[in-house]
Amino acid sequence: MDRLLAFVKKEFLHIFRDQRTLLILFGMPLVMVTLFGFALTNEIKNARVAILDNDHGIHSRQITDKLLSSGYFQLDRNLYSYREIETAFRQGKLKLALVFPANFTDDYEHGRSAQVQLVSDASEQNTALSLVNYATAIIRDYSAGLTPTAHPPMQVNIISRMVYNPELKGVFVFVPGVMTLVLLLISAMMTSITIAREKEVGTMEVLLVSPLSQFQILLGKMVPYMLLSFINGCVIMGLGVWLLGMPLNGSLGLLLAETLLYIVLSLSLGLLISSMVNTQLLAMFGSMIVLLMPSLFLSGFLFPIASMPRLLQVISNIIPAKYFIEVIKGIMIKGVGLSVLWRETTVLAGMTALFIVLTLRNLKPRLA
Amino acid sequence: MRQIRFLIEKEFKQLFRNTILLRMMIGTPVLQLILLSYAANYEVKNLNISILDQDHTTFSQRLAGKFRHIDNFRFLGYVPSLKQAQNDLLVGRADLVLVIPPRFERDLYREDQAPVQLLVNAVDGSKAGIANGYASSIVQDFNQEVRIENVPVAPGLSQQLAIEPQYWYNPRLEYRTFMVPGVLFELLILIGMLIAALNIVREKEIGTQEQLNVTPIKKYQFILGKLIPFVLIGLLQLTMGLLVAVFLFNIPIEGSLALLYGFAFLFLLLCVGMGLLISAVSETQQQAMYAAFFFIMFFILLSGLFSSIEDMPRWAQIINIINPLQYIIAVGRNVMLKGSGFRDMQSQFVALLILTVVVLSLATWRYRKTV
Repeated sequence: MDRLLAFVKKEFLHIFRDQRTLLILFGMPLVMVTLFGFALTNEIKNARVAILDNDHGIHSRQITDKLLSSGYFQLDRNLYSYREIETAFRQGKLKLALVFPANFTDDYEHGRSAQVQLVSDASEQNTALSLVNYATAIIRDYSAGLTPTAHPPMQVNIISRMVYNPELKGVFVFVPGVMTLVLLLISAMMTSITIAREKEVGTMEVLLVSPLSQFQILLGKMVPYMLLSFINGCVIMGLGVWLLGMPLNGSLGLLLAETLLYIVLSLSLGLLISSMVNTQLLAMFGSMIVLLMPSLFLSGFLFPIASMPRLLQVISNIIPAKYFIEVIKGIMIKGVGLSVLWRETTVLAGMTALFIVLTLRNLKPRLA
Repeated sequence: MRQIRFLIEKEFKQLFRNTILLRMMIGTPVLQLILLSYAANYEVKNLNISILDQDHTTFSQRLAGKFRHIDNFRFLGYVPSLKQAQNDLLVGRADLVLVIPPRFERDLYREDQAPVQLLVNAVDGSKAGIANGYASSIVQDFNQEVRIENVPVAPGLSQQLAIEPQYWYNPRLEYRTFMVPGVLFELLILIGMLIAALNIVREKEIGTQEQLNVTPIKKYQFILGKLIPFVLIGLLQLTMGLLVAVFLFNIPIEGSLALLYGFAFLFLLLCVGMGLLISAVSETQQQAMYAAFFFIMFFILLSGLFSSIEDMPRWAQIINIINPLQYIIAVGRNVMLKGSGFRDMQSQFVALLILTVVVLSLATWRYRKTV
């Protein structure tokens, strides 16, 4: 026990001696969560549109006005021929062009079919779809306002209730995702580099012949970083609540406990990576390349897992971030407890145990 | 000139000796490009819906039946109570619950109108909006059917105003077409910047930097010797990525291939330059790694691939000016999909060029021969 304590103390000294790294460790998550928390959004505002008005009638002008005053669209330019649309799209700034044919107003007034074209740049398909939907709704609204029809018979009224997030805030998606990602990567990188460095400079062999057991070495490596990461985790959660407007509807104690579990998981993942490679370069490469992109794409943070091909849905099950995002959303937004989150919690705990066992197995043969 | 050649030779030898690293540098990006491009899909499918039917009439059952064989929905079944319905939402079993109130059918006949309630799990706001749209249109279809059957003269709500949407460059609205060019360049920056960042610092840490410092090699020669191998590897990765894009994902390259490579070359110079700059100011590999990680995260998340740049707050757009990824993704997408030419992409070119010059000058200046 004394030996272990001494070892932990040594690790702490190592960490605190390098003040620059310490500053990065604490400053970086702060900056990242704040920056991404505010900057990432999928609410559409100020999309650039161009108007090609061959009509110059009252309806084309009023529809244009309604569109531009809706807050979603911003006039990029007026066009004078159909060919200019292509030129504008090629420069890449324009997202949508509204085309009113000649006689649009006249046709409409005389009950003939009047057609307005919404030409969108669908190379950015998600934006294109949303913009077309918004514009369609605004135009429909306009035409409905012109012809107030009588109440139709046998009307089913749909009352939608947006449960948990009535204002449909984007924060609820992006903030848990960013918190999860930042915590995972920073923690995993910290430990992945520590063992790799000992290997590189040769002190790992000294450690392995010391009377400390394998498990004690791991524990000694883990404890100091666990404390650091936990402080980081608390700061991140605090930022989420006080600065970025995440609610905290569930139990704070449970949130902190789950955060600690997730941190231990991330740290042991880092240890596992570093037990498999021999240089810091490879350790970092492993933790960055293998963790960053798959966690970003397969955790359900950005893309719905239910829409992925079967194989990727299966793979997504081994992405730890996926479970922690559910846990954060569950506790903070829905306010649920362990009775609901037991499955995610079990998976996270199970993964942690597995990583530790694998790390221990990987370290052993080095003694021979 | 000869000195640079020797340096480059040395770098390549070191790279080829480390077969694990080499395999990771070449293999992982291609694998990830393929896998992740399938994942990058915002489409909302397979929505789980459960239904609370408190009416139990022909109408209510018909309405429920509407959700049975629709692609976007997975009908979980009926729930017995509102409490159970809310619980389904809480534990995440259901994405939506349709609540049909008692006397639904009777009200529809007698009062000429009846409500139905849709409870939507809105933690993910944009998904909830789309789910609600799908479900509402199904209910409206049902409404239309019922009306035609029961009202003798169906009101011919003649749609005077026709709206014709057109989707250019991606008429089938496939996500991959949009995502693949982006993911490709993300992987390039990830690898180019990271490896370069760690490279010099490593030489510092293991002491070989000092050996280089006592040789008569000039600063710029040293920087060039480090740049060229990594840029070449980056171009190789780009080529493999483009092959995957064209042959596996059928993404067209409408514009000039030479233009694409020209831009990629500039971009890679910049990435590697940033890596060199980071390693010039860091003392340990650990510091270099964290700095590289910070910038890479920042570049990727604000690149416009996941969240449109125009919708970001003003200050974020200003910070984003230094984000090389946003320019190259715009170039990749516009040149590949729309056939944009150099003149269309001028502003991106100027931005990348300025960034490259600044970064490389800084890196050369910060790299000191005296440690």
